Amino acid sequence: MAQVEHSSSGDGHAVVAEHVQRHTISLLVENKFGAFNRIAGLFAAKGYNIDSLSVGPTEEEDTSRMTIVTRGDDQVIEQIMKQLNKLIDTIKVVDLTFESFVERELVLIKVQSTPTSRPEIMQIAEIFRAKVVDISPKSLTLEATGGQQKVDAIIKMLKPFGLKEIARTGRVALKREFQGEV
Amino acid sequence: MSANKIAPSSKHSSRPMTGAEIFVRSLIAEGVEVIFGYPGGAIIGVYDALVDLSDIKHVLVRHEQGATHAAEGYAKATGKPGVVLVTSGPGATNTVTGIADAYMDSIPIVVFTGQVPLKLIGNDAFQEADIVGITRPITKHSYLVRDVRELAKTIKEAFYIATTGRPGPVLVDLPKDVMAQKTVFDYPETVKLRSYNPVVEGHLKQIKKAAELINSAKRPLLYVGGGVIQSNASDELRSLAEKIHCPVTTTLHGLGSFPENNPLALGMLGMHGTWYSNMAVEYCDVLIAVGARFDDRVTGKVEAFAAEAKKIHIDIDPSAISKNVQVDVPIVGDVKTVLKSLIDLVDPLETSDWLKTIQQWKKEHPLRYATGDAIRAQYVIQKLGELTGGDAIVVTDVGQHQMWTAQFFNWTHPRSHITSGGLGTMGFSLPAAMGASFGRTDMPVISVCGDGGFQMNSQEMATIVEYKLPMKIFIINNGFLGMVRQWQELFWRRRYSHVEISGPDFVKLADAYGCPGYRVEHSSEVEDVIRKALAYKEGPVLVEFVVAREDNVYPMIPAGQTVKEMIDTPAPVDHPSNGVKEESIMVLAKG
Repeated sequence: MAQVEHSSSGDGHAVVAEHVQRHTISLLVENKFGAFNRIAGLFAAKGYNIDSLSVGPTEEEDTSRMTIVTRGDDQVIEQIMKQLNKLIDTIKVVDLTFESFVERELVLIKVQSTPTSRPEIMQIAEIFRAKVVDISPKSLTLEATGGQQKVDAIIKMLKPFGLKEIARTGRVALKREFQGEV
Repeated sequence: MSANKIAPSSKHSSRPMTGAEIFVRSLIAEGVEVIFGYPGGAIIGVYDALVDLSDIKHVLVRHEQGATHAAEGYAKATGKPGVVLVTSGPGATNTVTGIADAYMDSIPIVVFTGQVPLKLIGNDAFQEADIVGITRPITKHSYLVRDVRELAKTIKEAFYIATTGRPGPVLVDLPKDVMAQKTVFDYPETVKLRSYNPVVEGHLKQIKKAAELINSAKRPLLYVGGGVIQSNASDELRSLAEKIHCPVTTTLHGLGSFPENNPLALGMLGMHGTWYSNMAVEYCDVLIAVGARFDDRVTGKVEAFAAEAKKIHIDIDPSAISKNVQVDVPIVGDVKTVLKSLIDLVDPLETSDWLKTIQQWKKEHPLRYATGDAIRAQYVIQKLGELTGGDAIVVTDVGQHQMWTAQFFNWTHPRSHITSGGLGTMGFSLPAAMGASFGRTDMPVISVCGDGGFQMNSQEMATIVEYKLPMKIFIINNGFLGMVRQWQELFWRRRYSHVEISGPDFVKLADAYGCPGYRVEHSSEVEDVIRKALAYKEGPVLVEFVVAREDNVYPMIPAGQTVKEMIDTPAPVDHPSNGVKEESIMVLAKG
């Protein structure tokens, strides 16, 4: 299976294994008791993979948007889409994978630091346009945003200093309206 | 009856009333005729409201599992949704098997469960169970009602979701305090759900493609399932089959959708399907799947199933399409609606060579069994089919007797065959037949069970006798869990592990419940007793048929294998384990 290219940076894509491809699925669901549980439960019950899942309210108070990054061959992805559509609380399901879309993830990284290593860490932060959000004599906490590759890269760069804790939001995504770089 | 009773037809009232009263009035507005239920602490308020509003018949079952199966039987026999009302905790968890069964077999039932008061939810309160959580993977949808003002709308939605699209069970959890809150009653006329709009009309482009494919077929085959019955499309199916001269094979749930006395009928396909159905699947060039889901008991090894054929799949559930088998022309839509459009687009086909080939298979490999003095279950079923002329509702349990009934009854009417197919729930037949009896009085209702399955829900005998339901209860007693025994014989070197099962004296048991009972031990008595049982209309009657102990269901395609591995009925041999000498071969001539 061919890898799908995306023109813009920050659009995550990776071929995991032959025929198995990573898909970013955007879901609009009724913001109702148990709706999230039903979706998470569906993935568990059918044995579908979840690489990342994020959920939050949308511009309308009674709906939530979920972004699920999952993997599977074409047949599995087709079933995932159908099964998600089948849930009564699901309003809309879109597989963004073959569209142009923006994908972002936020990460908080608490890294060990000493007076000697601090400037180097801050330099890395600057390169990645990350912000320092907390500081202590022995640590720095950075906030970085970007596509999956960028987030992976900053974590990799900071690893040698000693990572204390990491929290990632999981990816959120929206379809692009303007076809091209912004 | 209470003095302040409001006309049941009223869907609105400005007088504030309790959730319990709103509940009952909503069911009346929904046209519910019968509830299968069992009271308890958390649901006591709702039961109190039933006292004043007695328009709906409430059937007190003897175990909540019986209630869900009864609701299923009612729904399958009538086409109307079945309704269950139980209390919280164990009352609710006892409904789980029936809900799972209804989910697998797409049966519209609505299950109302009591729940502890809202503020106690999550506290491990007495008789608390997270029934919405427990049943989430086995319901089409579920609700926890948190505000009495949501109640009427929720009930309306529950019935709508259960009965439309691909039908299924819906659960509504009713906290005790919510049902005591008061509000005005306003039952909605319509349901509008932006997130749920089942497709009814098939896509015309797809239907045209299907028609083109059919018009090019030399060896077409219709493979039809329960969807044809759910959508009341038997007439359309028949018109299509007869127009294109196409043989028809049915799944277990499709039995009755196409009359088996029609020359185009092939009976059931799959693991225990007829030899000729499975051969037709193997050799057809266009397979038209209608309201069926390519279940593993039908397909065997999926890659080899109708491998040579182009496939058309008509189903209302998009997720059923290309789930197990990739098809060439999928059509999402209501079976009846799609078939209607399709019939006009197809040409009469020349299939006489194909039909001749099938006729030859029928002649060479008919459904057959050997019979002697020892009773064969197949013989009982064949006689039952003959003596009722097919005008009966037969509700089977799970196992050998279920397959023999599917094979030998000779089905002619939709909704005359009810069984637990997907989940394969032993204990289904007796309560489901009871439910069917409450819905249908135009035909005799016959529960056919094994001695194992009967004992799984035999408590409902009390309910059946209490209501004097004119049911016939046929127990096929071989003293074995026969289907498991058959597998152990064929695939586990005949090492029998815990498949011998004893039971009570079934005739005495019937007597203890106040039901007439007969035991039949010789083939020569079978016909007479069936006649007697069918003639008895005053209440239930139980007949125990003591049958050959070690008989097998054939033909058989072993699980996950192909038509090439199909085992036909072996030549009759003396069966010393039965102590009988086989005398003659009985053949079921179909079509």
